[in-house]
Order: sequence, then structure tokens, then C-alpha cells
Amino acid sequence: MSTTPTIDPAEPLCLLTPDGTLADGHVPALEGEALLGAWRAMLRSRVVDERCFSLQRQGRLGTFSPVHGEEAAVVGSAWALDPARDWVVPQYRELPAMLRQGYRLTQALQYYRGDPAGSRMKHGVNVLPYQISLAAQIPHAVGLAWGLRHQGSDAVVCVYFGDGASSEGDAHEAMNLAGVRRVPVVFVLKNNGWAISTPVRKQTATASFAARAAGYGIAGELVDGNDLFAMHDACSRAVARARAGDGPTLVEARTYRMGPHNTSDDPTRYVDPIELEEHRALDPLARVRRYLTAEGVIDEPSERALVDELAAEFDAAIAQVEAGAPPGPEAVFDHVYERPPPRLERQRQQARGDTG
Amino acid sequence: MAEMTMIEAVRSALGDALARDERVVVLGQDVGANGGVFRATEGLQERFGPERVVDMPLAEAVIVGSAVGLACSGLVPIPELQFLGFGSQAFHQIEGQVARFRFRSQGSYPMPMVIRAPFGGNVRTPELHSDAHEAKYVNSPGLKVVMPATARDAKGLLAEAIRDPDPVLFCEPLRGYRLIKDEVPEEDYTVPLGRARTVREGTDLVIVAYSAAVVVAERAAERAAEEGYSVGVLDLRSLVPLDVDALREAVAACGRAVVLHEGSLSAGFGAELVATIQEEAFWSLHAPIGRVAAYDTPYPPGTVEDLYVPSIDRVVAAVRAALEA
Repeated sequence: MSTTPTIDPAEPLCLLTPDGTLADGHVPALEGEALLGAWRAMLRSRVVDERCFSLQRQGRLGTFSPVHGEEAAVVGSAWALDPARDWVVPQYRELPAMLRQGYRLTQALQYYRGDPAGSRMKHGVNVLPYQISLAAQIPHAVGLAWGLRHQGSDAVVCVYFGDGASSEGDAHEAMNLAGVRRVPVVFVLKNNGWAISTPVRKQTATASFAARAAGYGIAGELVDGNDLFAMHDACSRAVARARAGDGPTLVEARTYRMGPHNTSDDPTRYVDPIELEEHRALDPLARVRRYLTAEGVIDEPSERALVDELAAEFDAAIAQVEAGAPPGPEAVFDHVYERPPPRLERQRQQARGDTG
Repeated sequence: MAEMTMIEAVRSALGDALARDERVVVLGQDVGANGGVFRATEGLQERFGPERVVDMPLAEAVIVGSAVGLACSGLVPIPELQFLGFGSQAFHQIEGQVARFRFRSQGSYPMPMVIRAPFGGNVRTPELHSDAHEAKYVNSPGLKVVMPATARDAKGLLAEAIRDPDPVLFCEPLRGYRLIKDEVPEEDYTVPLGRARTVREGTDLVIVAYSAAVVVAERAAERAAEEGYSVGVLDLRSLVPLDVDALREAVAACGRAVVLHEGSLSAGFGAELVATIQEEAFWSLHAPIGRVAAYDTPYPPGTVEDLYVPSIDRVVAAVRAALEA
């Protein structure tokens, strides 16, 4: 009956080592076109990070939180899902997972520019909006998974949050309910070491967030979050478990936030540069690059060409977004209610008059 | 027509909704086998099964927060907060998520949800069980706040709230669950949101109230009548949407008003009513508007709560002051 695996908090699952070689005997399930798609998504994420940072500094974009360092954790988990039926419930540092589900880069840029249209999800794009109230999305994911199963779907919901959000009561309440109802949800806890300036040792006394799974009666996996194959492997297992009706899994992706918390943050005030350098050697992109290079799938010129292509794709997206008309006063009122109270409609009329 | 108590009316509306719409799911602490601590859901789990009437862990934030996800999946959740005072444990989900999910997803994910919550005093409950926190929720744009005063309205307004595509906080006066009893149609019917009810006509003054305070207003109006005054009572039924037209007309017709509620005074809903009346009917006023509310203190223990919750005497005094001004 129970499929709860035992976990060893000391040993994160690692299938692709930092030097780009496979763990003994491992045959990656992620291969061929899917692997190339994942590699492309990781590279694109870094292109988006760099360009968004630059645009923010130019005043062309609002607050932005880079994914830098967490690409394998996000992409490996997202590639374990079937976008046609499964769902992603993001926090705000999971753009590659949202894009895989069909969310558009142009919409992400609208969101970062403060345009409400960036949060509209087209039908069939199985993604909930960005979540700024940390951990509030975790109960939503549990309810969504419960509701989908209630209606006969075999969909799985993958929800992202971090080591910081894990301290919120919502994280506890949601994982507890998920265990009780055995809902088909995968909790991806990206332990990136930092909640803005709070290091993980001040966030928790536990040696492993994954160990908390036992307290909820759910499965737990501790994974090297910089290892694309390990993330994909652990999350594929979690998805299969959820789809089979065997309940939720808490996947702790142990990774590292290589950049600042966001464009307003200055991590030189609190991050030890030596520690940062140590983590640079564990870069999630570098090990996929080494693996694919050794396999003869990519080389330097082909990667350069791919980066150029992704940069051009980004530049076209931002050009399209910047060419669009800025939202007007109606955007303040639209979608607050489906049937707005009359006094709100009066306020809308006033706003129209005020803005001429 | 049959005479029903307010709790029977609520139960009847929930049963109708579960029978009418298979998307409806009731969830909360003790709502299943126990039928709710006030018996609002009695018999519903037997009728509709444990997947439609769902017993939840003792955790308000995930009761409401998982209901957000249920709504995103296409269901119509009706979460119950055992008491509105415990809503603070879920306030970030109600104000920060439920109320604005339609807006923050630009219409992609509507929240056709009704959060039911008993509230209100004079029943000697422990701390936090009686608090009238409605004003906090009125100040949560995106949410509707409905507060019935009769059994007939409780059934019809709840039926309408469940059909309404926007999220509704539905506050039920626990003092009135069994004391309030009136004629209620047995069939499924709705009462529209945002239409106030004239409880009693009056030519000298109108008392504006909602929920169980309407009963207090009626008694006060009867007492004033004994003193020779003609005092009307307007029951708002819902605070969002607010029936501004009815409020304006009621005050303009007599030129004097007292607003009444069980929540504490400062920044209570009465402040909103007074501000609205002066915007809408200032030139018809003959006297300052009276305001009767609970004091700006925490809800006190049972031995002194009757001194805190607005009494008939306090309302009569405010009516007299406005009439003699």
C-alpha cells in the first residue's frame, strides 16, 4: 500500500555528476529531442536572465527575479510533466516551467513590465499566475489537484516554492492536507540556500526538508537540484506515483541561487564570495554541456548559434511588447468582479472622466 | 411555505445547491458526520457522500486556500469557517487570494466560491467566537459580503451567492440560527444581492442595520413608536454590493438616520454608511447621523458582553438623540 520511500538526508540523488559523467549504470530517461529541448530551455533561461537584468537597469522592465543557478531544478521537474494535462503552479522563479506549459515569453515580459495582460492564462495553458504571497500557492495546488481528480482527470499538479516559503504555515497546512487526501501533487521545494539574505541554516534546524515528508505521511526525495537527470528522474517517479493514485511527493531540490534575490537586491552585502565560487563549480548548465559535448551532440559553434537564436527570440519578444499600447484606466477595473457592484461601476465612470 | 429557523434555511439552500449543481462541494471542519457544529450541514454527507461534503483538517488557511484550487479546477466550493473570528487564520487567503484571483489572473480563473461563517454575540461563547469582523472583508476588493437577517433571506441570498460568479463571504448570525424563524419557501429560489429590504416604514427616522442587528433595530423602532415616533428600519442584506439607492431614498424620505452594527465603532461599516449618506443625502438631513456599534475594545468575555454588543436601549437612546437634535 505505502509507496513512501525512505530517504537519506545526507545523500541527494545525483545521476549526472559535475564533470558531466553519468552515475554508474544510469541510463537517462531524458534523451533525444526531449533532452535537447531541456538544454535549450536552460540556455534560454540564462539569456532571459541576462537580458531582463539589463532591461531593468535601463528602466524598461520592473522588478525581475533571475532563475540563475536553478535551471536544472526547474527544467528537470517541468520535463517530467505532460503539458497537455498536467499543471504548473509557480511561485515567481520558474519561468522555464511556465514556458514549457505554453505560457508565452511576451506575456512574461508584460508581467515584468507591470502590464496586467501578462497574468492572463490562455485556455489550455495549464499554469496558475505568478505568486508573490509566498507559500499561498501551495494550498491552491493541493485544491487544484484534488478538484481535477474529483472530476475524473488523471492530471498531476507540480507546485514550486523555496526554502524560505517552507517556513510559512500555508506550506505545512497544504502538505498535511495533501497527505490526508492523497492528492496527485508534486511539491518541488527548491532549496537555493537563501531567502533574500536569510541563509537556510537560519530558516530551519532540519538537515533535510525532504525528511519532513515523513511527518505528513507522504513520499520524500532529496535531489541534487543542479542535476537535470536526477531532477527529471525523481520528479518522473513522483508524477507516476501521483497519477497512479499513490499520493503526493515532496521533492527537495538542493540547489543554489547564483544571482541576487531580484533586481533590487545586492547579495554582496551578505553572500560569502568564496561560497559563491564553490557553487559556481556545480553550475547546472555546465554539466549538461559537458555531457552533451562528450556525447557528440553539441559543440561550441552550435551552442553559440543557439544562444544567438535565443537572444534574437528574446529581442523580438521585447520589441513586440514595447510596441504594444500601454493599458488604460479600464485595466484598473476590468476583471475585479464578473458582476461589479454599482458603486465600483461609478468609480470606473469617474476614472474615465478623470483621464479625459 | 413552511416556518424555518435560519439554520434550517441555510441547510435547505446548501442541499438545493448540492442537488442542483454537481460542481458544488462543501468543505470545512466538522461539516460531515457531525453536520457542522451548528448543524448547518446536517444530513448532507449522508445524502451527497464524503466527496461532496468534505471533512477537513483543522486549518482555516488550507480550507480556504484549497478551495481556491478547487475553483481553478472548475468546481464551486463552499468552504465553512467555523466562526468568522477564526477567519483571521485564513485572512491572507481570503483577502490576498480569493478576493483578487479573478483580477490577478485577468479573468482566467474566476472564484465562484461562497465562504460561510457564523459570527455575532450575546451567546456566551469563548474568545474570538463572536467577533463581527465584516468591515475587514468589505475592505477586500473583489469580495462580496452578504449578511442576511431573516431565514427567508438566508436561503434566497445563499442560493444567489452560490450562483454568483464572484466570491462571497456569507456571514450568518449565530445568535439567530434558532431564534430567527420565519416563513420560507420550500422550493429553490434566489434573492438578488445588493437590494436592501424595507423592514418597517417610518416618517421620522430610519435605522440602517444588517444581520441580527436588524432584530435589535426593530425592537428599538417599536419602543420609539411607544414614545410617539415613526421609525423605519432598512435591512441592507449585503454590504458589497451596497444598495446606495435604497440608502439614499430611505434617509431622504425622513431626514434622520441611525446606523447600527455589532462590529466595533472605528472604521466599522457604520463609518462607510455615514460617509455614503452625507454624499448622497446631505441636504435632506435634519440632524447628525447617529452611530451605534460595539466599543473599540476586543470582544469581551460573556459576563460583560451584553454591555458591549449594541443593545435595544443604546439604539433607542441614539434614536431619541437624533430626533431631539
